[in-house]
Amino acid sequence: MPLSIRIAAPAVDSGTEPANAQRREVFLPRDARRQTLLGTISRRLRWPLGIYTTPLAVLVLWEILSKAGVLAQTYAPAPTTIVQSAVNLWQQGVLGPDLAISLRRAGIGLAIGLTIGIAAGVLGGLLRSGEYLFNGLVQIMNTIPLLAVLPLMIVWFGIGEVTKVLLVSFGAGIPMYLNLFAAIRGVDQGLIEMARTTGAGRWRLVTRVLVPGALPGFLVGLRFSLAYSILGLVAAETVNADAGIGFLITQAQTYLQTDQVFVGLAVYSILGLLADQFVRVLERVLLRWRPGYEAA
Amino acid sequence: MSATISTQPRLRAGVLVEKVVRRFGDRSVLDGLDLTIADEELVVLLGPSGCGKSTLLRLLAGLDQPDGGLVEVPTRRAIVFQSHRLLPWQRVLRNVTLGLRGSDAEQRARSALAEVGLAGRENAWPKELSGGEAQRVSLARALVSEPELVLLDEPFAALDAITRLRMHDLVRALRSKHHAAMLLVTHDVDEAIALADRIVVMSDGRIGTQHHVELSATDREASLAREELRSALLNDLGLATGTDRPVDHPLTLIESTR
Repeated sequence: MPLSIRIAAPAVDSGTEPANAQRREVFLPRDARRQTLLGTISRRLRWPLGIYTTPLAVLVLWEILSKAGVLAQTYAPAPTTIVQSAVNLWQQGVLGPDLAISLRRAGIGLAIGLTIGIAAGVLGGLLRSGEYLFNGLVQIMNTIPLLAVLPLMIVWFGIGEVTKVLLVSFGAGIPMYLNLFAAIRGVDQGLIEMARTTGAGRWRLVTRVLVPGALPGFLVGLRFSLAYSILGLVAAETVNADAGIGFLITQAQTYLQTDQVFVGLAVYSILGLLADQFVRVLERVLLRWRPGYEAA
Repeated sequence: MSATISTQPRLRAGVLVEKVVRRFGDRSVLDGLDLTIADEELVVLLGPSGCGKSTLLRLLAGLDQPDGGLVEVPTRRAIVFQSHRLLPWQRVLRNVTLGLRGSDAEQRARSALAEVGLAGRENAWPKELSGGEAQRVSLARALVSEPELVLLDEPFAALDAITRLRMHDLVRALRSKHHAAMLLVTHDVDEAIALADRIVVMSDGRIGTQHHVELSATDREASLAREELRSALLNDLGLATGTDRPVDHPLTLIESTR
């Protein structure tokens, strides 16, 4: 080993400033920052409406443009006019029964579609034979647009309730199957292996590992199912019906009552919104274990 | 799993592995490997990554089948994996009771958690635990069923050095309570010396060399015998070594490990 000579150097060279001074950041608790009245108010008012900000802004703009006469009444009546005609329709006893009929169709259709979709999805996800039985068929059906099936359904089942209910269940069942199948197959293999080695039986494996593991995917499927079932409902009711929200829209269109067309559209969109909120509540309850689920 | 040929078991306890072959494609990862583990013995399986350590462990666990030879293990066995593999949607207690039956399952799980120093954390979600805590839960999950064989697949590799030392203490403490044969797979020579009754080094798909470790706890931490064992093990692993290794010269170190 060669002899080394150490030269004592000063640890800090205080004489000269470094060529480029380092940029630094300081993090403090929120309370420690200087509180200004303006700052407090702006923080309070920041996005108080959340995701409803843009829809509400559009409505306000729409109202102003309508009242100013920029938008013709026949094309886009003011939102207040639409609300007024909705109230009128309700008082005339038209909107209530129509809504009830539409909801019944959606309810029965969803019940059938989800039952079949979930049953097939669970079988397909858990069993190889289930996969071979259902997967090909559902993949084919998935590529057929909902609207293209309608003429065939009319030929088969007539223009009665059966066609409408089946169209809704068709729309609901397929996305449920596809998402549930993918969710069950996507459960972490390591966890399945672990469960097997602990001596947990088949039942425990399904109930404690596969079902909870597939829940997030199931809820995605449910969201699609609800959206597509409303799409199916619209398609079925618009083409041929003598009652229901779709019938209300078609009839209003015939007599150029644009405000009533908008009432029908508003009802559909509120149904969609409620369905989405329903799934959100389910997620909050069922996915408690997932930290940060609220941000997603 | 029980559909294998019902050959008569030859041992009453422990593990018997005879001329086991396991191939992946053309490559024989295990090539006529023999190994026995006595009851209550802790064997450390040492070897570089990719030498087939985990393959052997998976064979013993019954997660994989051999292409040749014979593997005989107790039916009551448990595995601790490198990652904790806790179910994120179940609280800690339910994770431990996963494989348990009977009305006393919860009570047994609680005492197993207390043994690994996690009493009071039964209702935590796995995502709320630190890495060391999660691995301790998986240790509790393995031990709660009172297995006759515990397989540990690099269980502490992902933990920091201080936590790893604590886990070694925990393993030693648990061995005095639970009477099971243990196989610990690792690539960490110091971990092997700290825990093993016997260290076996794998090479070319077989057991290369064996070292019986009969050192006291303090001798395992620092002693001449420890250093001799350490350099012997490093030699077995194909690493040129010695206490006079010039570690202060990085170039030499790189050359020596080639």
